[in-house]
Amino acid sequence: MSAKDLRNPLKRALGLGSAQAGVGHWWTQRVTAAGLVLLGLWFVITVLGLLHADYATAKATVAKPWNAVLLIAFLVTAFWHAVLGLQVVVEDYVHTRWKEVSLLVAIKFLAVLGALASVLAVLRIALGA
Amino acid sequence: MAEFSLPKNSKIQPGKHYPAKGAKNPRTFRIYRWSPDDGQNPRIDTYEVDLAACGPMVLDALLKIKNEIDPTLTLRRSCREGICGSCAMNIDGTNTLACTRAIEECAKGDVKIYPLPHMPVVKDLVPDLTHFYAQFASIKPWLRTQSPAPADKERLQSPEDRKKLDGLYECILCACCSTSCPSYWWNGDKYLGPAILLQAYRWIVDTRDEDTGARLDDLEDPFKLYRCHTIMNCARTCPKGLNPAKAIAEIKKLIVERRSP
Repeated sequence: MSAKDLRNPLKRALGLGSAQAGVGHWWTQRVTAAGLVLLGLWFVITVLGLLHADYATAKATVAKPWNAVLLIAFLVTAFWHAVLGLQVVVEDYVHTRWKEVSLLVAIKFLAVLGALASVLAVLRIALGA
Repeated sequence: MAEFSLPKNSKIQPGKHYPAKGAKNPRTFRIYRWSPDDGQNPRIDTYEVDLAACGPMVLDALLKIKNEIDPTLTLRRSCREGICGSCAMNIDGTNTLACTRAIEECAKGDVKIYPLPHMPVVKDLVPDLTHFYAQFASIKPWLRTQSPAPADKERLQSPEDRKKLDGLYECILCACCSTSCPSYWWNGDKYLGPAILLQAYRWIVDTRDEDTGARLDDLEDPFKLYRCHTIMNCARTCPKGLNPAKAIAEIKKLIVERRSP
């Protein structure tokens, strides 16, 4: 707070006003978290069921339609939730605007790529490619 | 980036020591000192106070130091009964009011006293609260109505509706909660912080206020409101025992409530 700044403190506090956004992010973060609890539980149980199983059995398990669907849902939700969480971390701690914007865009691109690659992997198994 | 270490000119140096000779019940106070006028770094001065000749509260000790040991010690105080919020400072590691914090309640050893954290310091224990007050002004903290005022009576409220303000109206804006909040430390320029959001909720939940929608519109922002990550330092530190985090959660719930899921 510099003494040379002639702006009224209220001007600074008001800033650019409300972005009229944020509730979507907040709500989606919670919905994906709830989804991950259920899907994560299913995922852990499924993986535990594959203990000591051979490659063919594991592949066959993933290839089962419901397993493939749930696995894709789990992967997409996980990436989605990760993006929302990392966004909060970047917004909290990175205060140089260009770094903040670049990081946020990079995180989204990487997450989409990661999600697409994971979905493709499951589909290849499920569709027997 | 967020600041995790103090800049060079804020690094704290050892300060002066004021022993209490012939004290019956001495207690040591280590107090943050900084003056804008001498070009020096901040320092920690050590004062020994005879508790046998001092009131029970930390504010009593501070005033005794100022009156009898070192008149240059600068602090804000006014009501000395926890209602004005002037003497908010960091005592024994917690933001609280010096006037309602008993010396006895402080942990054994030296009593450490600093200004409210992560605020610009005016002098010694006096933080610059200009931005905090401007943020308060920005939420327009008064009854906003569209219906004309009743001609011959006040705007009435049922006792049940009045009860909704309990736990909110008691806030004295001492800034203990906001300056204990890491989110406010890192993003206080935009994040309104727990105190101001509790005050905002005080008007949102007031059944006589008719500008609820606009109030929620103004708060629906990734930084103004959603920097709250329920760290809960605010509720833990509030010297009035209020729970700003709960008020913030209620605001978030209302914003969800008015939209399609």
